[in-house]
Amino acid sequence: MTAPGGLRPRLVKRLLPSRRMRVAVRLIALLSAFAVAGIFLQATGRGAGPVYRAMWTGSFGSPYGQAQTILAAIPLIFTALAVAVAFRMLLWNIGAEGQFYLGAFGATAVAYAAPDWPRPILLGAMVLGGLIGGALWGLIPGALRAFFGTNEIVPTLLLNYVAILLVDYMVNGPWTDPATLGFPLGKPFSESAILPLVGNTAIHAGLYLALAAALVVSLVLSRTAWGYKIKVIGANTRAASYAGFSIPRNVVAVMLLSGALAGLGGMVEVSGVVHKIQANISPGFGYTGIIVATLARFSPLYIVPMAVLFGALVVSSVELQTLGLPSDIVLMLQGVILFFALAGELFVNYRLVWRAGAVSNRPSTPASASEPAPDLEPAG
Amino acid sequence: MTSAIELRGIVKRFPGVVANSDIDLELRRGEVHALLGENGAGKSTLMSVLAGIYQPDAGSILIDGQPVALRSPRHAIEAGIAMVHQHFRLVKPFTVAENVLLGARTSWRLSPGKLEAEVADLARQAGLKASPSARIWQLSVGEQQRVEILKALYRKAQVLILDEPTAVLTPQEAEALFVTLRAMAAEGKTVVFVSHKLSEVMSVADRITVLRGGKHVATLETATTDQHRLAHLMVGRDIAFESARSPRAAGEVLLRVDDLHALSDLGLPAVRGASLSVHAGEILGLAGVAGNGQRELAEALAGARPPTRGRIELGGVDLTRASARRRIEAGLAYVPEDRLGTGLVGSMDATANIMLKSLPQYRRGPLLDYRSAARRTRELVEQFGIKMSSLDAPVRLMSGGNLQKLLLARELSSSPRVVIAAHPSSGLDVGATKFVHELLLEQRAQGVGILLISEDLDELLMLSDRIAVMYEGEIAGEAPPDEANLERIGLLMGGTAAAAPRAGGGG
Amino acid sequence: MSSELIVTIFVAGIAAGTTLVFAAVGEIIAERSGVLNLGVEGMMLAGAVTGFLVNRQLRAPWLGVAAGISAGAALALLLAVLVVSFKANQVVTGLALVIFAIGMTGYLGESVVGVPPPVTFERIAIPGLADIPVAGRIFFAQDALVYLSYILVPATWWILFRTRTGLNLRSVGESPESADAAGLSVTGTRYAAVVIGGAFAGLAGAYLSLARAPSWVPNMTAGRGWIAIALVIFATWSPLRAALGGYLFGSVEALGFRLQTVGLEVSTFFIAMMPYLFTIVVLVLISRGSVQRRLAAPSALGNAYLREER
Repeated sequence: MTAPGGLRPRLVKRLLPSRRMRVAVRLIALLSAFAVAGIFLQATGRGAGPVYRAMWTGSFGSPYGQAQTILAAIPLIFTALAVAVAFRMLLWNIGAEGQFYLGAFGATAVAYAAPDWPRPILLGAMVLGGLIGGALWGLIPGALRAFFGTNEIVPTLLLNYVAILLVDYMVNGPWTDPATLGFPLGKPFSESAILPLVGNTAIHAGLYLALAAALVVSLVLSRTAWGYKIKVIGANTRAASYAGFSIPRNVVAVMLLSGALAGLGGMVEVSGVVHKIQANISPGFGYTGIIVATLARFSPLYIVPMAVLFGALVVSSVELQTLGLPSDIVLMLQGVILFFALAGELFVNYRLVWRAGAVSNRPSTPASASEPAPDLEPAG
Repeated sequence: MTSAIELRGIVKRFPGVVANSDIDLELRRGEVHALLGENGAGKSTLMSVLAGIYQPDAGSILIDGQPVALRSPRHAIEAGIAMVHQHFRLVKPFTVAENVLLGARTSWRLSPGKLEAEVADLARQAGLKASPSARIWQLSVGEQQRVEILKALYRKAQVLILDEPTAVLTPQEAEALFVTLRAMAAEGKTVVFVSHKLSEVMSVADRITVLRGGKHVATLETATTDQHRLAHLMVGRDIAFESARSPRAAGEVLLRVDDLHALSDLGLPAVRGASLSVHAGEILGLAGVAGNGQRELAEALAGARPPTRGRIELGGVDLTRASARRRIEAGLAYVPEDRLGTGLVGSMDATANIMLKSLPQYRRGPLLDYRSAARRTRELVEQFGIKMSSLDAPVRLMSGGNLQKLLLARELSSSPRVVIAAHPSSGLDVGATKFVHELLLEQRAQGVGILLISEDLDELLMLSDRIAVMYEGEIAGEAPPDEANLERIGLLMGGTAAAAPRAGGGG
Repeated sequence: MSSELIVTIFVAGIAAGTTLVFAAVGEIIAERSGVLNLGVEGMMLAGAVTGFLVNRQLRAPWLGVAAGISAGAALALLLAVLVVSFKANQVVTGLALVIFAIGMTGYLGESVVGVPPPVTFERIAIPGLADIPVAGRIFFAQDALVYLSYILVPATWWILFRTRTGLNLRSVGESPESADAAGLSVTGTRYAAVVIGGAFAGLAGAYLSLARAPSWVPNMTAGRGWIAIALVIFATWSPLRAALGGYLFGSVEALGFRLQTVGLEVSTFFIAMMPYLFTIVVLVLISRGSVQRRLAAPSALGNAYLREER
């Protein structure tokens, strides 16, 4: 066999993931996705220009759009935080959507049960209701994982469907508003069940809750003993259990917190935006939250700007609808952005090296690495 | 004399290290050629290049004088080169026959009966014992190795490379392997034997090539050299063969283990009634081929595995069901074999790892005091001479030797009374190994009781006051640690009832 | 509950289960090579909408099926590129694919929502076999795609366990290093397995929109792809058990619809929850099950493979 000439690309693992590539990858992913989607739109007979212009106007390009973007970012912050917290322990919480719904459920139950309480107290109780509702929905897969070892991916997912059906049942049954004649809408909340607005904007106080949640989660994960424990468990279960950390207990705790965060998002949405319970309170916040968390590398603080970006995307889909264009385009766009980001992630962890074929008598170049470690065993 | 294989100017780099630096190697037909070097010298890497697993960054390979490009294992196999790895490339749930025939050009339809007959034939011809319908996970390590060799023979390999083959064999099994290898060489094949064990290399090879620090140092005829010269070439300086251990009277019993039983990860009995005791100021060596329950025993003692029966006592305190924390408090330290598995968290930094076993010390309410932990870490790093690029770097980037130092620093800093050290020098070069040995002897001198679990008989002979042998979950027997008893130890390791101890013999 | 009702439930159960069977068998092929394909739901949707559109255009259901298969395979190819060549995380990539597919299929199917198809797959009774009491009605009075599944399932089993191709595939999923060292192409095998798995998923979706429903409604798979993934675990990665499980799940779904006829007053919403809750219960039972069951997963499932990685 003779060796061919020419260059062949090879993947070489980097010692440490490249920070520069991380940022570059995200930017390029974003731009590439828009480019590809633009081509698709042109090809299917819809102008990319008008679509993108509409998306811009609906999100960042107008004061109304900006407010709507923030309003859409708020629930995304909550669901992304939920996913990030779970992922710290390498748990995949795909159930943020269902936990969101259960949070809305819990908050609504409180709002309907005590509509005449003074506002601060009622809102506080609704926050509790949201936290508990979401936490319960996170507890189920968490307990299953902790005590039976059932992998949480499928249960969290299937529970989403169950949660949506549960809310469907309530808004078509016990909670339905007779005034709307069979539409799946609940009765409007009382004044004191509605979150106040921030200043003279259209943004509700849930924003404060979201930002506070991001800060608190960030602090808990990085500064507390518990945050350290779950980081260890996620990084190396053997070492963690040997160090005496109880894995089942922490799995449950993490899923409770994760569910509670998503549930709080649900509360904030019904109380701040919709002002009632209805059939489709979430256009997929739970799933988009996963994308936001992934792109933000599961960091609570980076989640906030990412959530704003995707909030813009969510909101722009609404704008598209009012113009008679299908909002599904935005879902596709989200998927494509993530595809490019995932593909680009390869270059964060690996370097592409071009070398000639095996037959080459080039003199060996001096080692470019730092101190060679003589007792590093390169196992064959 | 035609060279069967020639490697010229091979260079292979990995992130952070040059594993092979401009190496030339010449292999002949009909010879057993040993590739000698300490851990990290680049032997496995070089052979992986020859076997098509790694692509060299520079250099060329010639077979019968013709340059070839071995771009993948398939190319190497087609060129007649087969490799038996240290960690076998066998599919555990499959049968022996399925593994031997994997990737070969058999008929498309597979009928198990025919397959097994074919493999049985091959085994018979080669003089190797094998049961074609057995599943790999059912076989002993020595048997699995035979399957790997069968695989090579089935593909009509002319060049057989074995990477540290005796690491998992008893002395008797190793002898049997050498017989097989010499027979294959006699048939005109080329056998490459990668090892760091001087005595083996002297007894089986025709020629020996020594690698050091990724470079070719020398190629010698076995007949013209000896262990001392080889050791000198291997390490670059003279090393002492004598034991550094001075005899000591052992103190009171610190650790007592009575009839301990524990299950493996698969739920099968792994420790089946092991009893032993470790005294203050003594090193009890535990010999045995891997897979006889040593790991499970160590984990049961350390608190990482619940025993199903039996008793563990340290200084009179019953630790059988105690938490890992309680054991630490009672004075038990554990240096596990998988440093980056049970021992350390690879993706976290040194400080985070040091904190792992003593978390309560650094708690301030719900928060953690990283700063004082970092201070303590710096102290330990200095004390133990640990080399690392930065205190914040993930520890998986550290070399094996420094990782072990970190682990030891953490475990020993709590001034334990008993240390369980599982394969503490595996994968370390001579310098790091010496450090570890000296550390253990130091602890011994201070009255600490040490349970040293190792597959390296030389290490055990050098360090232990007593040697116990573990076989199939039990302590098969004990022997005083001198060369004369090597045969008896080997027999115990292989499961044969203790023969009358006789000096001399194989090993 | 009368025996007539039970038979009716099983008849409907086979039909309902066939979607799951196709998807699960495809997933088994992919997972046996070591790749966790979480995009099944999306590939099914792609198959459903493409099949429906082609059938509507060409009035030929079998061409619709072919189109559905191709659509599923195409999406699977995208997943394979990302997961095998770009070593992307398999869980996130699968989810991204589903989100993308929901958007894409919603977009493509916009014009045909709720529109009845021109031609569908009708029930065909196999002469002779259909006359067998009880079993005949259940198994041999179904539509052509169900009969196709009767052939595909044992064929897949046979290929997996009685041919060299199957052995090679399984070795890649159990121990890619060993397969690589034996000269097999891990990359090539995984690509093939994932694409075939996607083709099966596309077939499952086409079955939904061309035979079962038959119609196109956005997001009509309603989580069946996820149930299929759970079904693979339940079936310990064996096609024959997957078929059994699929029909069982299908029967549970069919049972739910008929609860009201038995006099149980249950809201349709709670009935709709049944398949999901049932799946979760099954998953839990499996996790508690014997060690052998839990360890039946291909050992390398979910991990990317790079030869020089150590």
